[in-house]
Amino acid sequence: MNLTLKIWRQKNASDKGKMVDYPISNISPDMSFLEMLDVLNNELIEKGEEPVSFDHDCREGICGSCSLYINGEAHGPDRLITTCQLHMRTFKDGETITIEPWRATAFPVIKDLVVDRTAFDRIQHAGGFISVNTSGNTIDANAIPVNKQDADDAFSAATCIGCGACVASCKNSSAMLFVGAKVSQFALLPQGQVEATDRVLNMVKQMDEEGFGNCTNTGACEVECPKGISLENIARMNTEFLKASLKG
Amino acid sequence: MSGILNSSIGRKFAMALSALFLMIFILQHFAINILSVISPDAFNEASHFMGTFWAVQYLLQPVLIIGVIFHFVMGFVLEIKNNKARAISYAKNNGAANSSWMSRNMIWSGGFILVFLVIHFIDFWIPEINTKYIVGDMSGTLPSGEFRYHEELVHKFKDLWRVALYCVGFVFLALHLLHGFNSAFQSVGANNKYTKGLKGFSKVYAIGVPAGFIFIAVFHFLNH
Repeated sequence: MNLTLKIWRQKNASDKGKMVDYPISNISPDMSFLEMLDVLNNELIEKGEEPVSFDHDCREGICGSCSLYINGEAHGPDRLITTCQLHMRTFKDGETITIEPWRATAFPVIKDLVVDRTAFDRIQHAGGFISVNTSGNTIDANAIPVNKQDADDAFSAATCIGCGACVASCKNSSAMLFVGAKVSQFALLPQGQVEATDRVLNMVKQMDEEGFGNCTNTGACEVECPKGISLENIARMNTEFLKASLKG
Repeated sequence: MSGILNSSIGRKFAMALSALFLMIFILQHFAINILSVISPDAFNEASHFMGTFWAVQYLLQPVLIIGVIFHFVMGFVLEIKNNKARAISYAKNNGAANSSWMSRNMIWSGGFILVFLVIHFIDFWIPEINTKYIVGDMSGTLPSGEFRYHEELVHKFKDLWRVALYCVGFVFLALHLLHGFNSAFQSVGANNKYTKGLKGFSKVYAIGVPAGFIFIAVFHFLNH
């Protein structure tokens, strides 16, 4: 395949940045998208140019590191996959592919296609945990009865890998699908009840302080989420938040 | 409880509540207006009741005005905040791949509805307030002794430009409701086994009610 890549290049966080065109040829349709970028970077290094920086780690759709906005969609045009699971056969020979970093004020660009997603870490630190006695008297998790539907929904929410595609796709750069999933995975389980009130209040407060936008229920986040996290989690977070606000 | 409106979810909840209130009002408005087609006498009676009953005039009307102003102001405030959340736009963004046009353009459909509402207030509400509270005529009748409401309504829809304007206004209302109806329920935390049915009902409401208003305007224009 012969392609033209339009890639966002930005030297550092303070650089203005710009889109740069890179023609690339002899790309196998069976390559992953990141392998294709590896090929490009090898060519750039051979030419003595700066390679394109992009986040990646596990390359099997689990870690949530890869974060590219490809042809106007988070993780590209395919559904329920991360960028590392995207293959070049998705594109046509001769196509121009636009590659950009996640765009959100709360996710500032560090370099090229790499953004700072520590805002998510700070939201998690604010309440995305439970207190468990690990001093030797730990209760077997299976000893606590949990409704099957709740267990399934909590597990589904917990599959969020925190990649940030929800924020990137949302026209308002809202983080509510991420926070909704993190609130839901504990709110649905008995183990999460102890800190339930503080958790949702603190996580939402941190989310707002980070500068994410307000959800307007477009549903783009749900469509683009590589793990299929449902909008139900946002509705649950809204309910949890209102309950907690009334208590507090 | 304090500061709930300072949170993103609190603002969203308040926006949804004002939307649900306005949707109930629109349905009630439609129910009375359709009487103008079915029975002019019934329309006159209903209009006179709504225009003179103290609870409607001094309780519901102020709440409605506050609700309308709140919904518009909050809508614009949220839009400004949301724009700040993405200071740099994408060079290429395929919004149509993951969301409806209506959901992405609520501010535009809302803006057009605001323009329509200003015209509607100038057409009907301001003259009504003038007659009742400035001139002091609470009789609701013409010099002939007949009720004036149906006559005034029909008279407004004799002009093609006004009918066309109202039709465009209601199309924007339909576009706004096609996303807004369901969105309001999601915002108040209602996403459950009833959501699918609610989505179906929201389409019926969002298309049916504005289409009904268009029918009323066109009906009176054609009957001139």
